Amino acid sequence: MSVLVILEQQGGKWHRMSWETLAAGQQFASAMGQPVEAAVAGHSVGALAAEAASKKVAKVYAIEHELLKDYTADAYTAAIEALIRKINPALVLFPHTYQVRDFAPKLATRFSQVLVSDVISVRMEAGSPVFVRLLFQGKLNGDVRVSGPSPHFASLQAGAWRADQLESGSSAVETFTPSLDASRIRQKPEAPFRESARAVDLTAAEIIVSVGRGIKEKENISVVAELANALGAELAASRPICDAGWLPMERQVGSSGQTVAPKVYLAVGISGAIQHLVGMKGAKTIVAINKDANAPIFEVADYGIVGDLFEVVPALVAEVKKVKG
Amino acid sequence: MKLIVAIKQVPIRDSQLRVDASGRWIQEADLSFEINEPDAYALEEALRLKEKHGGEVVALCAGPARAAQTIREALAKGADRAIHIEEENLDALDTLGVAKLLAGAVKPESPDLILTGLQSDDLGYGQTGVVLAELLGIPHSTIIMQVKVLKSKIRVKRELEDGWFQHIEMPLPAVLTIQSGINKLRYATLMGIKKAKTKEIKRLTLAELGAAAAATATIEKVYLPQKSKQTQILEGDAKAAAAKLVEKLKFEVRVL
Repeated sequence: MSVLVILEQQGGKWHRMSWETLAAGQQFASAMGQPVEAAVAGHSVGALAAEAASKKVAKVYAIEHELLKDYTADAYTAAIEALIRKINPALVLFPHTYQVRDFAPKLATRFSQVLVSDVISVRMEAGSPVFVRLLFQGKLNGDVRVSGPSPHFASLQAGAWRADQLESGSSAVETFTPSLDASRIRQKPEAPFRESARAVDLTAAEIIVSVGRGIKEKENISVVAELANALGAELAASRPICDAGWLPMERQVGSSGQTVAPKVYLAVGISGAIQHLVGMKGAKTIVAINKDANAPIFEVADYGIVGDLFEVVPALVAEVKKVKG
Repeated sequence: MKLIVAIKQVPIRDSQLRVDASGRWIQEADLSFEINEPDAYALEEALRLKEKHGGEVVALCAGPARAAQTIREALAKGADRAIHIEEENLDALDTLGVAKLLAGAVKPESPDLILTGLQSDDLGYGQTGVVLAELLGIPHSTIIMQVKVLKSKIRVKRELEDGWFQHIEMPLPAVLTIQSGINKLRYATLMGIKKAKTKEIKRLTLAELGAAAAATATIEKVYLPQKSKQTQILEGDAKAAAAKLVEKLKFEVRVL
């Protein structure tokens, strides 16, 4: 029995969340009194596997097959299922990436288990994990326990564990070649693309004023734009605003948009759904203006104003102008 | 083509949530409910595909009696008929248990395409569609922003991270989980609301579907999150709070 961490790569490059998940795996394994193992799937992943073997792990599996070159849910599920059946781990951990969301629930189903997804912390009780995850878009937390025969499956939220706590070591790489049948891979993927070159680089901004559903109507965006102007800030938005076409997609902050870490992030009328928080919680100072005192955004905010943004924002513009002269 | 849309009823977005006496779920008695937002986009996409290619849209919903309201709204928007897996205690099941119920209801319908939202706004596991596809033995793709039907297959645009996308083709039947914002939602018309009253809602029970697998993933406790930061709430009316914030930005954060 072991804790098996599935690392993610694409085109020979690591997904940034791979290392934080491995760091978490090391901690869980130590608390559960088990070794930690890692696996990376793809085509020609030997060099990546060797890099993973320089961390403190018992073994690294290079899941190697030419049908794993481009990601498909069918091939990845079959390949990782085969490895799991061979080594029978107690717990399988994934980074909660878009790719994992696409195949890990399918994989867990093959073992009559449910993936405990988007876990933010873990508590060990008598050597077995209790997973904490967000419910109701972050308004509540829930403790989830998994029962039934192992393996159990969990995916970990971006940034919930720290890659800089990863311990180094030295271990061996074992190449695992699953038997895959091209005719059973039903998805035919094409090359990834971007819609258009990004004209707006929010990551360079020192101050970002970001607007959410609380703005209610497209015509009201100008209220917040004026604040951004007064502060010399970039204007950004949560996903629903860009979905509605009120601001262009390139101004979206969150898991499907840009990840930013400005000096100051002002969240105006943003409730703080996790998809948004992962894109901005690295900001040095977070200011939240929201009418709902229980909005999750206040959990990450340094300064908060509970009030009607249509009163607070114009008042703020006036005060900023006073100070800036 | 025959389209099934799996929808879920969840508390409305601005609900004030309170933990119930058991400590394992929320007090539902005084809440209002609505369609899970990503499911509304899945329904809209199904209606558009039907308008383009002909066929039928069936709304499928597992939930207690109150979910009938959400089902009627789907019918009013244009779904042709509905299946309601009516059960008061669905929370005794986990994702796999619910997906088994849905699979049991879907199988005899033999649809060409099944759509659902990419995740629910309440539990947020984000996997019912994927598990459903596995149980039905058909292909799937997730976080979909565009659907094109080509004879016996589909070509979809899947959202990746950081603003990347990818096209994927797969044979039908298939399951797609739909991302919010894929289309513009329609409102129900008066005529639609009137017509909905005569549309068929087939009710199925757990006993009829014969699936009662014990949950392996159970929620033991729900509670308010602990703050990761100490938030200074700036009090006073709008003007006073704004003045305090500007002072903080100038002297503590030093960006002004």
